[in-house]
Amino acid sequence: MQDPEPTVATAPQPDSNEGAVAAAAAPLASLQRPTLGLFAHPITGPLFALIVIFVVFSLTTSTFMNAGNMSLIAQQSVVIGTLALGQTLIILVSGIDLANGAIMVLGTVVAGSIASQGDPVLALALGFVACVVVASINGLVVARFRLPPFIATLGMFAIITAAARLYSESRSFPVTSDLLSVLGSGPEFGTVAVTYGTMLWVALTLALGYALNETAWGVRLYAIGNSPSAARLNGVNVTRVVFSAYALAGVFYAFAAWQALGRTPVADPSGYQIANLDSITAVVIGGTSLFGGRGGVAGTFIGTLIVVALKNGLTQAGIDSLYQQIATGALVMLAVGADQYLGRGHRA
Amino acid sequence: MTPVSAADPGLAMQAIGLTKHYGQVVAMEGSDFELARGEILAVVGDNGAGKSTLIKALAGALIPDSGQVYLDGEPVRFSSPLDARLVGIETVYQELAVATQLDIAQNMFLGREVRKPGVLGSVLRQLDKKRMRRQAAEQMHNLGVRVQSIRQAIETLSGGQRQAVAVARAAAWGRKVVMLDEPTAALGVRETHQVLDLIRRVRERGLAVVLISHSMAEVFAIADRIHIHRLGRRAAIVSPKTTVMSDVVAVMTGALPSDAVMSAALAPAGAPDF
Repeated sequence: MQDPEPTVATAPQPDSNEGAVAAAAAPLASLQRPTLGLFAHPITGPLFALIVIFVVFSLTTSTFMNAGNMSLIAQQSVVIGTLALGQTLIILVSGIDLANGAIMVLGTVVAGSIASQGDPVLALALGFVACVVVASINGLVVARFRLPPFIATLGMFAIITAAARLYSESRSFPVTSDLLSVLGSGPEFGTVAVTYGTMLWVALTLALGYALNETAWGVRLYAIGNSPSAARLNGVNVTRVVFSAYALAGVFYAFAAWQALGRTPVADPSGYQIANLDSITAVVIGGTSLFGGRGGVAGTFIGTLIVVALKNGLTQAGIDSLYQQIATGALVMLAVGADQYLGRGHRA
Repeated sequence: MTPVSAADPGLAMQAIGLTKHYGQVVAMEGSDFELARGEILAVVGDNGAGKSTLIKALAGALIPDSGQVYLDGEPVRFSSPLDARLVGIETVYQELAVATQLDIAQNMFLGREVRKPGVLGSVLRQLDKKRMRRQAAEQMHNLGVRVQSIRQAIETLSGGQRQAVAVARAAAWGRKVVMLDEPTAALGVRETHQVLDLIRRVRERGLAVVLISHSMAEVFAIADRIHIHRLGRRAAIVSPKTTVMSDVVAVMTGALPSDAVMSAALAPAGAPDF
């Protein structure tokens, strides 16, 4: 947690503190860890990658760099971006959530099916409840019963994917409610549309950034991801904080479900099948360590933009979507490799 | 067992007849313990003698089957380490109990964070980082622990500095007793000296210190009294001024009976001798 200020989506500030430490580090320490100066700042790498993507597509396509496409990238980011906020919480406590896409889809199907017969407010509320309940079960299984998060959420992924189809009898529900699809609308300035969904994504990022950086809960979350035993010895209720991370992630998945209905006003039980991987990609590319305890929402915000801008740019360049998937996959491996190389996986 | 004697209110901490069995295994058998105010008490014993069991019972990390612990002469009963901490007993465990990616101030206040006054703290639950950093810096300064910045991540510190942070944290929160479980086990010679100096400064601030150590040289350099643990109980408590190192080792290993060395006990023993 080298950047305690909530610098969400702003340029990284050269951390004078860190520079001084790197320069004056003991000789032994500098042997153990490559001192890359500014490159060691967690946001620098992702931001650099984002800039490279923007430059490359601006030069190679004529349709990428314009205000209209920029606002489109923002709109394309909201679903994965909101899911990735929940994923960030879980990865920070050394977990992983393979079920988040399925949970979100369940939320859309619950909300969509109820709205097709009745009250959209009730539909939205029950969609939220569904997401939070399922995510909390994950939290209970991981925090209380100590199942490995990978296995627990993989199981939940299978269960929830099937449950959403059983519940909906594999039908999809067109959403006509204004409330459920409101996040896809918003003020337009010429070709630039700033949707309420985009605003919500930014607001949620800022709110989570505040919680992680400015509250005791956030510090404890980082401490647990860093060293659960140290946190426990200092009186932190590890079980409760880990559970809270999963449960709160469920709230973000519910918002993601609402975002999804704003993007495409159809609740489809077989949609968003690789949203879980996309959200993990966004988090990891954003510099949050899979080993836990390091990273944050500013990185996830940028990581989401990287994933989406890359897909958007490759589409503009007329490249097949399967190649886009290959590019995203390669990017994840690169990001995880950097995570390893920079020694972020080391536990002291 | 003889009747349990009354607690001595002059002692910072006392225990009488602590016993802990794990099935057939006897981890502690009628162990006594006494700690005077403002002293450094070394606890020595062979591997498996039950030193850690004793410390855990005193720190609330395990609940003894029988026996009584007193703090300032008052009986206390801990059901968790938190209970012990609430009455002013802090423990630094052998494993470095610091979160390496958090900074020094965050580690000092981990689990006991301070919120801002007013609405910011109560409703928005915002941390008072400035205050925590200032207090952490003061604490480090007062104890003579030098670091570049209170906002340094622990992982940028040397092993000795990390242990110093852990000890400083215990000293900051411990109002009465600080217990250290082999704080220098992983350190080099120079760093060991730094940590020992720090432990002396903790004593100067009026805290009673319990130091578990395997190093006799260290024990004789720093301890006011030495508690020798053997076979799950206190074999003897001696002064390094009147007992030589070889005799301490002999009692520790059973080569010498415990009544062969001069006792430095302040309170009468609660359990009968062998």
